[in-house]
Amino acid sequence: MRRLLAFQEVFLVLERPMDRLSDDDLALLLLIRCFERKLLALFEQGELNGTTHTCLGQEYIPVALRTLLREDDWVFSNHRGHGHYLARFEDPEGLLAEIMGRKGAVCEGVGGSQHLKRDRYLSTGVQGQSLPVAAGVALRLKRHEPGALACAYVGDGTWGEGAVYEALNLAALWRLPLLVVVEHNGIAQSTPTALQLAGTIEGRARAFGVEHHRIGVPDIPVIRAGLAPLVERVRTDPGPLVVEFATHRLGPHSKGDDTRPPDFPRTDWYAAYRAAHPVQSATIEEAARTRIDRIAAEVAARPPAVWTAA
Amino acid sequence: MRVGENLNRALHGLLADDPSVYVLGEDLLDPYGGAFKITKGLSTRFPDRVLTTPLSEGAVVGAASGLALAGGKAVVEIMFADFVALAFDQILNFAAKSVTMYGTRVPLPLVIRCPSGGHRGYGPTHSQSPQKHFIGIPGLSLFEMSPFHDNRAVLDRMLALGEPCLLFEDKVLYTRRMYEVDELFRWDLVDDVAVVRLDPGGPGGSGMSRGDAGPGGLEIPDGDLDYVLIVPGGLAHRALAAMRALLLGHDLAGVLLVPSRLYPFDPSPLLPILGRAPLVCVAEDGSAGGTWGGHVAADLHTRLWGRLRRPVKLVHSADSVIPTAAHLEREVLVQESTIRRAVLEGLGDSSAP
Ligand SMILES: Cc1ncc(C[n+]2csc(CCOP(=O)(O)OP(=O)(O)O)c2C)c(N)n1
Repeated sequence: MRRLLAFQEVFLVLERPMDRLSDDDLALLLLIRCFERKLLALFEQGELNGTTHTCLGQEYIPVALRTLLREDDWVFSNHRGHGHYLARFEDPEGLLAEIMGRKGAVCEGVGGSQHLKRDRYLSTGVQGQSLPVAAGVALRLKRHEPGALACAYVGDGTWGEGAVYEALNLAALWRLPLLVVVEHNGIAQSTPTALQLAGTIEGRARAFGVEHHRIGVPDIPVIRAGLAPLVERVRTDPGPLVVEFATHRLGPHSKGDDTRPPDFPRTDWYAAYRAAHPVQSATIEEAARTRIDRIAAEVAARPPAVWTAA
Repeated sequence: MRVGENLNRALHGLLADDPSVYVLGEDLLDPYGGAFKITKGLSTRFPDRVLTTPLSEGAVVGAASGLALAGGKAVVEIMFADFVALAFDQILNFAAKSVTMYGTRVPLPLVIRCPSGGHRGYGPTHSQSPQKHFIGIPGLSLFEMSPFHDNRAVLDRMLALGEPCLLFEDKVLYTRRMYEVDELFRWDLVDDVAVVRLDPGGPGGSGMSRGDAGPGGLEIPDGDLDYVLIVPGGLAHRALAAMRALLLGHDLAGVLLVPSRLYPFDPSPLLPILGRAPLVCVAEDGSAGGTWGGHVAADLHTRLWGRLRRPVKLVHSADSVIPTAAHLEREVLVQESTIRRAVLEGLGDSSAP
């Protein structure tokens, strides 16, 4: 366990009771949580094909960013992207249909859990690959739609990919409006950060002259207040910004593949929130669970997705 | 006009006509103008859209895809085709897949220019013809520059496809003349395939002899059809030299086919002539194994089963890295003589009456 202490600095901290959230934010958070739980359950029942990566524990990150991002921003997501998608579109039906290969799927069932595109939202399953693409999009935005930005979500493990550094270099050189959101959950598949990351993400960003901002709390209003001026600056005075969230992956990497020891740190914002705001939580969670149960039943009954290959 | 100049003008014209086009690559700013000077003058005329990049082939192709996704069009120059390997993930797993993997077609107008081939003494890491590594990838088209295909038309066609395209440019072609063939020959375009054959008017015509485009280019009398050569643009001159030697030295008359688009390659319009030819030979640079020529041969064997008179003959470079010293490089790469010998061998193998 001594190794784990090496990245204590990026732990999520819950020092005080969490502030009350708006019903809207909480509803979205719990919609994502219930969606992800439902996926794991469906997998266990053999109802789902292939693989999936849930964002249990990390839901608050895209929800916090939701009000800071604009409709004309591009969002690049990764394998752990259900929360990113739901926070942008609140479309659990389309996403579940995509994952189940049913009619109404966002990408006709071709992309599945980790390859989604809708308007200016796009995810891919190869780690690091999206950062150069996001840089190219940011260049086009800077020229043609100043004020808009490209936001790319990556995990800590993805900082092993060379593409990340090539893209950071381009974004810094060309002063591109690129917001890199790092969900540092201390683990990459089965590998703890201490076994795969030398130095720090902050040090790597700063080496390119790229601004870095760390967030170690799950409180959405606090996160938004801290980030708002920084994100605004990416828009008005373009240049890349790396925002590193210390967070925790509560569930398995995909399904049934959690090999972490029981004492591996995993703080659940929701347990803390429920303790502080039991009535609000219970009501909204119940509504979210009912909604997701209904959607799951409805989507499962749909006919298969039809793909007319272009 | 030289082929390189034709390409340079094509890029100038493209940038001038279409404000959504960007050109990206290493060392392409003036006064340098790219390692082979193909981008000369572009950055002076279009400073906003001609971007010199760090040595980051992967990120540059990725960023070009981003430009294309967001409504632009992008042309990337890879300094030497060997280095396109560093962008393989972006090409294979992002650009090509993105066209279809999101369920509806996502247009991605992107051209990746790859100066390829040897004969310049650049050695093993700067001389390769890596076409074969990109064949058979859904959503990816391969083109090759040739002295018969106007580069502006080829660029326009690639960008209009709305999917990533690789353009292989044999470096040796940059200094060769466009549209020129030996006075023994004339050429026509049949679809996108340049068809070079004996000039029915006989020698003495102009070196620029070019017939009317159209299927007429395929009406070749049996007497003028001892073999058909199919080669990508980079081998055109070596193939023409072999044809000349075969005619003058062995009284064998052949037809040369040079397609602009290598993959996907549709041989349908060529089947009448291929089916009649005593021998079909496909020559290409690059070592054997999983090649464009192998792909074309397999396709022709299937389509012309029962009509082909002999197996399609394949010509590749030797199973070797490409050495630097001129005499060693010559032994490895396909030469005029390699093609000539292959045709003679092919025809001699089976002593049909
Ligand atoms: C290039 C590449 N290598 C390996 C994988 C397999 N893989 C998928 S997710 C993952 C771990 C990613 O870790 P991290 O970036 O920390 O994100 P997290 O899963 O923790 O959200 C791996 C190795 C991949 N998708 N892409």
